Amino acid sequence: MAKKEEDVKLLGFWASPFSGRVKMALKLKGVSYEYLEQDIVDKSALLLELNPVFKKVPVLVHEGKILAESHLILEYIDQTWKNNPILPQDPYEKAMARFWAKFVDEQVGPVCFKSVAKPDKGIEVAIEEGQELITFLEKELTGKDFFGGKTIGFLDLVAGSMIPFCIARGWEGMGINMIPEEKFPELNRWIKNLSDIEIVRECIPHREKQIEHMMKVAERIKLA
Amino acid sequence: MVTGDVKLIGSWASVFVMRARIALNLKSISYEFLQETFGSKSELLLKSNPVHKKMPVLIHADKPVCESNIIVQYIDEAWSSYGTSILPSLPYDRAIARFWAAYIDDKWFIALRSILTAQGEEEKKEAIAEVEERTEHLEKAFIECSNGKPFFNGDHIGFLDIALGSFLGWWRVVELDANHKLLDETKTPSLFKWAERFCNDPAVKPLMPDTANLAEFARKLFPKPQP
Repeated sequence: MAKKEEDVKLLGFWASPFSGRVKMALKLKGVSYEYLEQDIVDKSALLLELNPVFKKVPVLVHEGKILAESHLILEYIDQTWKNNPILPQDPYEKAMARFWAKFVDEQVGPVCFKSVAKPDKGIEVAIEEGQELITFLEKELTGKDFFGGKTIGFLDLVAGSMIPFCIARGWEGMGINMIPEEKFPELNRWIKNLSDIEIVRECIPHREKQIEHMMKVAERIKLA
Repeated sequence: MVTGDVKLIGSWASVFVMRARIALNLKSISYEFLQETFGSKSELLLKSNPVHKKMPVLIHADKPVCESNIIVQYIDEAWSSYGTSILPSLPYDRAIARFWAAYIDDKWFIALRSILTAQGEEEKKEAIAEVEERTEHLEKAFIECSNGKPFFNGDHIGFLDIALGSFLGWWRVVELDANHKLLDETKTPSLFKWAERFCNDPAVKPLMPDTANLAEFARKLFPKPQP
């Protein structure tokens, strides 16, 4: 049954990995939606009305229901549109996907960007600590095309939007290779696999524009 | 359903460990409780949770699951035909429950803890005001989620009840420390009544720590600077 585009709205920001992963999920499920680009500095009345608690993107509106926080939006999308499952069926595999997704957003993201932008303990230490964290993910990928197995899943959407197409670009802007091939062959293979997927390519920000954006974010971090 | 023995690494005083234990009780799952010693981390903990090195860790059929809210969801899914459902059944209701659970851990808990770590009266007053404001958000959340029923999850305690209710022991300890009511019958009447119902639930009652014991433990964990 075709759904009207107006049934689903997504408030997002072009450079946000959190918005990007929701776009990927909606495309994966073949869901049409109206996209509303947001200014995350000068926040719109609509954003503040729909997400008064966190005041952040993404926000998904589906048939009048309002959802915020990207992980739970992805789970909602997965449970609402059953084709192309995002989360594994097995409870243990599901728990692992959730665990690593939380790790990516709460540990890898902040540590790998803030500490490199403003290296209080020196840049070498910041790089070492960041790469230590992604080593856990390198191990998780061993022998797999994607974290989800043969096809992309929850953790691919979360880690993909955050790491190679966001944080790593920030490092690149600062002249550092975050995921060198010799240290991280599995992650490099995974990034190539991801890049071959049309849905992913369509939902990641433009490379040069994003590097420029990340450099501005780094400046704000340095001044804070 | 995976069968196999169940172990839980934790501590009697931990909010996050209590979440897992309440969930196991709701499903009537027998488990071996491996109490960690305060001040040190066991080999098993470090091996089972190499990423965070923290409790709780649920070990089911030799497979470790970490992070309290993830453990609770795992318990609900792995033993889905046992006891009552912990997560709501509709996708939107689940999303709302997860949203407020995230709010509790990311915003509310941080504010509660900052009362204990506050340096001086001014900082303490600010922390108290922040907790009060955030608790009012949770009062509204309760009214919306419960829809007139006794718990966030409806007739039976569920994910969001567990997420917030496991804090009640510490909530009381922080109240004593702050010398200020933080769960106020007049300001948040629905939550106040919910708290009593939650603590009396058979899955929760045996696990809620004694306030005096917890207060003594809090003094070890958050020592006050000597004058």
